[in-house]
Amino acid sequence: MKARSFMGRFSMRSRDQVNGMIWLAPSAIGVAVFYILPFLVIVYYSMIDNPISRNFVFFDNFVALFQNMAFRIAAANTLRFSLTAVPLAVLLALLLALLLEARIPLKSQLRTFFLSPLMVPIASVVLIWQVLFHFDGAINELLAIFGVDRIDWLQSEHNQLVVISLFLWKNLGYNMILFMAALSNIPKDLLEVADVEGAGPIYKLISVKLRYLSPTLLFVTILSLINSFKVFREAYLLAGDYPYGGLYMLQHFMNNIFRSLDYQRLASAAVTMAIAMVVIIAVLFTIENRFGKDVEG
Amino acid sequence: MRKGRYIARTMLFALAAVFAVGFLLPTVLTVTNSFMTQSEIDANYGMIFRDARGAGNRGYVADSVNLKIIPDRVSFSQYATALFRSPEYLLKFWNSVILVVPIVVGQVGVAAFASYSFSRYQGRLKNLLFFSYIILMLMPHQVTMVPNFLVAEWTGLLNTRWAIIFPGTFAPFSVFLLTKFMRRIPTSLIEAAKLDGANEWKVFTGICLPQCRSALYSIAILVFIDYWNMVELPIILLPDSEMQPMSVYLATINASEVGVAFAVAVVYMIPPLLLFLHGEEALVEGIAHSGSVKG
Repeated sequence: MKARSFMGRFSMRSRDQVNGMIWLAPSAIGVAVFYILPFLVIVYYSMIDNPISRNFVFFDNFVALFQNMAFRIAAANTLRFSLTAVPLAVLLALLLALLLEARIPLKSQLRTFFLSPLMVPIASVVLIWQVLFHFDGAINELLAIFGVDRIDWLQSEHNQLVVISLFLWKNLGYNMILFMAALSNIPKDLLEVADVEGAGPIYKLISVKLRYLSPTLLFVTILSLINSFKVFREAYLLAGDYPYGGLYMLQHFMNNIFRSLDYQRLASAAVTMAIAMVVIIAVLFTIENRFGKDVEG
Repeated sequence: MRKGRYIARTMLFALAAVFAVGFLLPTVLTVTNSFMTQSEIDANYGMIFRDARGAGNRGYVADSVNLKIIPDRVSFSQYATALFRSPEYLLKFWNSVILVVPIVVGQVGVAAFASYSFSRYQGRLKNLLFFSYIILMLMPHQVTMVPNFLVAEWTGLLNTRWAIIFPGTFAPFSVFLLTKFMRRIPTSLIEAAKLDGANEWKVFTGICLPQCRSALYSIAILVFIDYWNMVELPIILLPDSEMQPMSVYLATINASEVGVAFAVAVVYMIPPLLLFLHGEEALVEGIAHSGSVKG
């Protein structure tokens, strides 16, 4: 009897396993075929001299990649952009969320306004940005009122600022919604206790709210980071394939190797970026784990 | 005390309102500019595109770039050009539709099955797989496009629509989000159905899908918006400009026919805008639930 029920449970479990796998199969096979298996091939490609002779050269391709000037410039520009744009995107979105949570009127209408950039095709907004930031455009006229000299926004080192503004415009709304959701999940009684104990608004923000927000802060940071890698879209539409200085991003570099079909460089660049991304995410997770520890237990 | 609070709130509201109007402004400008005539556009923005088109033969061009909000005279001529006079715009519009609709349907459909599996059955292999989905989801375009490109090349799908549709169908974003929604369905609901003799398929179609209706809707909107505005993928995977979607083509109109570009952009905004206005609550809920990579 005992044995039978054990067998019954066992077969039940394995049947569950099989059943679960069948439901999962379409997705798992697709992900394997289009993403994971070819990525393994890319890892292999990154360590051979070329796809025909296939001699192992280990890290030679990576060394060559890091010595490539175009890659260095692209990586430095992307890094510089991300280090400015991501903190801004997180911080400003948090401030906007706190602002909208401050019981102001027309909250949902304002929320809609902030989300609206999500709908707009980026190519058409780029036109508006070109008008705003043109040498003879509105931004320079505005600056002239304050006695600032005209700046050639698009054809100088300042062009990263133009793209950062476009990036923030596009992404703040989404991040703001994430923060608003997290803010509304903070237990009300906790904030009341803080009130009773005489905590000021700043103390409440740092010691109570931010601790509860830490998983969201982590997610918004990662999301903004991914989106900052996508900013090529804006840079490409603003300035084309070979933009001036600071807008030559990693994606421009990738596009150019896609065209020349240099598999080794393509593969080593993709593997490098994947590793960098995993490391960054791991670091962010570790930081969050330390900071948010008290809350999750 | 009360009064001070009232003033503070009014000031906060004013601050938020200024920001919000600033956010809406580019969209409003796109719409109002689409109702200008080509000559008005040329007069205002001619400076920017003079190099691209060659100066000289185009009437009055102002020395500065004026940002104009209200057109002098409302005209539908740009819309007429965009919609009726030249077929290429409609073709590009159609290109977008036949790329994006299969991706949305495919990705949400595949995700529905996969999420059902992830939310119903746990196991070490499952957890590992789900974790790899998350990692994949967090990878930037630059990384995932290389495998997509290689597969397309090996299978001869490069420069066909399938080179974008297939990877889009299996992209892990929907699986991740939908699994989080399905995990929140109470197990008691499913157990009760099982006691009544429902099989897996019945549980899936009778309980899981209806419970996740708004989640499915919001995921579909998010995926739609993402792919409706894609630029990177078509440039690499679908270089044939005949088949490229409007999101890529818009950039090339910018330089040649600015006025039409505004009208085309407005038309192009309509589908995501309708989805957005119709499903804003679902969308906001969907975004809110995408907010944590953990658990």
